[in-house]
Amino acid sequence: MPETKPILMQGNEACAEGAINAGVRFFAGYPITPSTEVAELMAAKLPDIGGVFMQMEDEIASMAAVIGASIGGMRAITATSGPGFSLKQENLGFAIMAEIPCVVVNVQRMGPSTGVPTAPSQGDIMQTRWGTHGDHPIIVFSPASVYETYYLTIAAVNLSQKLRQPVVLLLDEVIGHMREKVLIPGGGRLIVEKASDKAPADWKPYDDKGVTPLVPFGFGRYYHVTGLYHDQYGFPTSDPRQVERALDRLHDKLKKYRDEIVLTNYIGHREPKVAIVAYGCTVRSARAVIKKAYWQNRLPVGLLSLQTIWPFPDREIKELAEKADVIIVPELNMGQLVGEVERCACGRAEVIPLNRYDGEMITPDQLVEKMGRWLS
Amino acid sequence: MVRAIERTGFDQKDVVIVSGIGCSSRASGYLNFNTLHTTHGRALAFATGLKMARPELKIFVIMGDGDCSAIGGNHFIHACRRNIDLNAVIINNQIYGMTGGQYSPLTPQGSKASTAPRGTLERPFDILKLARGAGATFGARGTAVQPRQLEQLIARAAAHKGFSVVESLSQCPVAYGRRNNLGGPVEMLKSMKEKSISVEKATAMDENELEGKILTGVHFSIEAPEYAEEYYRTVTAEENH
Repeated sequence: MPETKPILMQGNEACAEGAINAGVRFFAGYPITPSTEVAELMAAKLPDIGGVFMQMEDEIASMAAVIGASIGGMRAITATSGPGFSLKQENLGFAIMAEIPCVVVNVQRMGPSTGVPTAPSQGDIMQTRWGTHGDHPIIVFSPASVYETYYLTIAAVNLSQKLRQPVVLLLDEVIGHMREKVLIPGGGRLIVEKASDKAPADWKPYDDKGVTPLVPFGFGRYYHVTGLYHDQYGFPTSDPRQVERALDRLHDKLKKYRDEIVLTNYIGHREPKVAIVAYGCTVRSARAVIKKAYWQNRLPVGLLSLQTIWPFPDREIKELAEKADVIIVPELNMGQLVGEVERCACGRAEVIPLNRYDGEMITPDQLVEKMGRWLS
Repeated sequence: MVRAIERTGFDQKDVVIVSGIGCSSRASGYLNFNTLHTTHGRALAFATGLKMARPELKIFVIMGDGDCSAIGGNHFIHACRRNIDLNAVIINNQIYGMTGGQYSPLTPQGSKASTAPRGTLERPFDILKLARGAGATFGARGTAVQPRQLEQLIARAAAHKGFSVVESLSQCPVAYGRRNNLGGPVEMLKSMKEKSISVEKATAMDENELEGKILTGVHFSIEAPEYAEEYYRTVTAEENH
C-alpha cells in the first residue's frame, strides 16, 4: 500500500495538488488576489509533467484558453477571484452550452467591485448560480478545510469530465490561505493518457440518448462546437422542439447524477432542536460550537455542512427541517443561501440568518449567542 | 480558404477551423472539419488553448473586422506578440453587418453607419500595421474580387510557422454599400478591383498616388521563434507517456 503522509499545506496549494493528481495538465490564468498561489504552483509544476501553463492577457482569455485546451483533450482548470470570475461568465456559459469539461476555481474575496481584496467573504454564492446569462445548470463545490479542498478539486475534475459540465470550486480567502495538516496518499502518480478516440463508430457529440465522453478534435470525428442551440452533431438549430430538448438535456444530466453531485455532511444530535447549516469557512466556527455543545454537553444540536451548494441540497434541508425547530444559517454576506434554506424548509423549521460582512470571520461566540435560548 | 487548405496538403483530421461571432464567423459551421464557433471576439484565445494542448493541429481562425479588432483587440495583439502558430483570416467588410450596420474599428473615417448617421469621426486601424507592430510574423492582404490571389496568400500564411494574419477585404452591400452610395455588390467589387494594387507596385508610388488604394499581397514575412514549439522545448515529458 502506498504510504499516506501528513503534509502542512495551504488551501490554494491543496487545490493545485488536487488538480494535478486528478490529471489536470493545462492551466490558464491571470494574476489576482487571493488566488494567485494556484497559478504560481501550476507554473512551477506543470512543465515538469508534460503540462501547459499559460498566463493569458486577461481573465476572459484564460477561460477561453481552458475551453480550447479541453476540446483538444487536456484536462484544464483556471483560478480567479470575484472580479475575474465576473469577467469569465460569458465563456463559462459557452462551456455549459457546448458541454466542454472544465473547472473554475473562485477564491472569494470581499466585494462588490474591487472591495477588500484580502478579506474573506462568501459574497459570490448567487453569482456562481446565476452569473452567466440564460437558464443554465451549474455545479458548485465549497470546501471547508484544506483537505476538503484537495479532494473536492479531484471530485470537481472527475465530475466535470464525466458529465461534460463545468464545475466551480468556490473557495474563500480563509480556506485558500490557511495552512493545515493534510493527509495525501503517497505512492505513484495517476497515469494521464494522451488525448485519444475510443468512442464507438456511431458516437455523436451531443447524443439525444444522453451525455457521451468528448472525443477531442483531431481524430477525424468531424463535428461542430458552438454556443448556439445545436443538434446531435453540434450544428446550429432554432427549431423549437430541438431547442427545448437541448436545454432539458443540460439539466437532465445533473438530475440523473444528483446523488454523486450533492455532497453534505451531518454531525451532532440525531434529533436536533437547533441545527446549523453552513458551508466554506463558517463551517469551522460551527464545528467548534457543536464540539462543545454536543460532544461535551450532549445538547440537541447539529451541523449540516454543505460541500455542494449548487445544485442546492434541497432534500437534505427538507429532512433536517422535519427534525429541527430552528435552523441557523451563518454566512459571510448579507444573506444569500439562507433564502434557499428557507424555501426548502417550507416553514417546518424557523430559519434564522447570521450574517457578517465587515471582512472578518463569524466566531463561535456569535453562533452561541444566536443559539442562546436553545442551548440553555 | 478551403482551396488554400487543399493546396497545403494538410490532413483533413488535423485541420481545425475556429471562428468568433458575426457574419464571417458562421463560416465554421459550413465546413467539414473539426469546427469551433466561439464567443464574440474570443476566437484567438480559444485557439491559443487548443494549439497549446495539441500543437500538431493546423488551426485557422476566421474573424470579422469588429470581432477581431474591437472586442477581440486584446487577444489579437497578444496572439501577435506570442507568435503562436495560428492562421488568422480577417474577413473585413468594414461594418458590423449582422447587427445591421454599425461602424467598426476598420470602417473608413467619414463613412456613414447606423450608429454614425453623420459619418464616423473615428480613425480606422490598418490591421496589418497593427499586427506587425504587435509582433506577428506574417501579414498579407487580399480581396474578395481576386480569389486566386487570396487562395495563394492563405496557403502561404498556412505554410508560415508563427502567427499569420491575412486580411480579406469583402463587401457588405446591404449594411455598408447602400448607406454610403457605393452601389450594389457588382459596383462594390468593381471599385475594390480598381483600388487594388500590389505591394510590389506600390513601392514605386508616392503618398498622393497611394491615397485610397488597397495594397494587396504579402506585406511582411519574418522568421522568429514560434511560441508552442518554444514552450514544448522547455517541458519535460511525463514519464508515463
